Amino acid sequence: MKIIGTDREGNTKEVEGRDGWSVMEILRDNGFDIAAECGGACACATCHVYVTDGWYDKLPAPSDAEIDMLDMALAVEPGSSRLSCQIICSDETDGIKVTVAPE
Amino acid sequence: MTDAPAAANSGNPIETDVAIIGAGPIGLFAVFELGLLDLKCHLIDILDRPGGQCTELYPEKPIYDIPGLPIVTGQELVDRLMEQIKPFDPQFHFGEMATSLEKLDDGRWKLKTDQGTEIIAPVIVIAAGAGSFQPKRPPVPGIETFENAGDGIGVHYAVRKMETFRGKNILIAGGGDSALDWVINLAPLAKTLTLVHHRDGFRAAQHSVNQMRELEAAGKVKFHVASVKALHGEPGKLTGVTLAGADKSEWQHDADVFLPFFGLTIKLGPIAEFGINLHENLIPVDTARFESQTPGIFAIGDINTYTGKLKLILSGFHEAALMAQAAFHIARPNEKLRFQYTTSSSNLQKKLGVN
Repeated sequence: MKIIGTDREGNTKEVEGRDGWSVMEILRDNGFDIAAECGGACACATCHVYVTDGWYDKLPAPSDAEIDMLDMALAVEPGSSRLSCQIICSDETDGIKVTVAPE
Repeated sequence: MTDAPAAANSGNPIETDVAIIGAGPIGLFAVFELGLLDLKCHLIDILDRPGGQCTELYPEKPIYDIPGLPIVTGQELVDRLMEQIKPFDPQFHFGEMATSLEKLDDGRWKLKTDQGTEIIAPVIVIAAGAGSFQPKRPPVPGIETFENAGDGIGVHYAVRKMETFRGKNILIAGGGDSALDWVINLAPLAKTLTLVHHRDGFRAAQHSVNQMRELEAAGKVKFHVASVKALHGEPGKLTGVTLAGADKSEWQHDADVFLPFFGLTIKLGPIAEFGINLHENLIPVDTARFESQTPGIFAIGDINTYTGKLKLILSGFHEAALMAQAAFHIARPNEKLRFQYTTSSSNLQKKLGVN
């Protein structure tokens, strides 16, 4: 399953996701500059990404905890902003497009 | 993070055995291990309370991998560590950032903070996690040119003196408790007060949201689902901003002061300037002493790196124990280190106040 990630400089690369892992973990392990300060606990909003190209609506809706935590993220775009630690890789996310948000 | 810290100490510079940068769980446990060896500690932390990431990021979240504690919250772990180190009377310097480190002629170190505190010690322990918590800066072009403009004007990430904002056109951004608390507190003295947030909903306490809605209904506060796209004025003198609404429409808005409240993020900060060897913002250490490549400066917890490193609290505890042994020989070069167990040593039990 693929993740098509774009970094803050606009460079796009296709990386391999793993079933059950979060998009944050995959991006971080592939060298994307993603702080994820809390380590994936939905507690810091430093793994903020924009989910693009129609993928936002294909994902399970964010939890209330994630919606709350997004209040601490910068440059939130409604209908696109997600915390990547809360997006779990699966067959349904194969080909998902995400862009790392500004920090 | 809203009030200026109290005067840090009397008697500057302070002389002690060990200065610890960072009062997170590992810095706190280091006090215990050093204390058993009769080494006294001063701790510096930019936050206004102990605990570091544990209390700042996840005070209510359970941790399941602390040996012997099947479940413990970040806050509870910190509370227990504070209780555990109490016998050693550690001295805390909260709300202070360690800004410089220099070696003295006698071989000791002098550590200075941004609040003017100076600590002289033969041993420095860096237990700073990923660095220091700093306010998140919105990605608006040129925002840094409006920071530090002076009281009550430009961009501020904290309110220190409310009075300086009297009669101003105030713009606040954010949807958490800080944003709403300052909307409520500054509304009575502002000329105008506007809140912008990306949604018509808030992470803040319900009573704060209710108060904000009442102020809005009374015409004392304006609220827009919008974001700040640009800042206008000259460096140091903000005059207005461009706001963009949910429908991408943009408009101009008068503002003398912009207060963004998006919480804190972690930046390495001045440690990078201490002259210690760093690798990808981490401090390489040996695994016998957890000392950096600069003798006398140790690094424990998330800030260090070595082959096999795991960023776990329990690993940091181990690192603190070994560091303390090595630190003892630097702080007490002429004394013999006696290794003892707390279960059997009446000497250690006396120090702990249990015998």
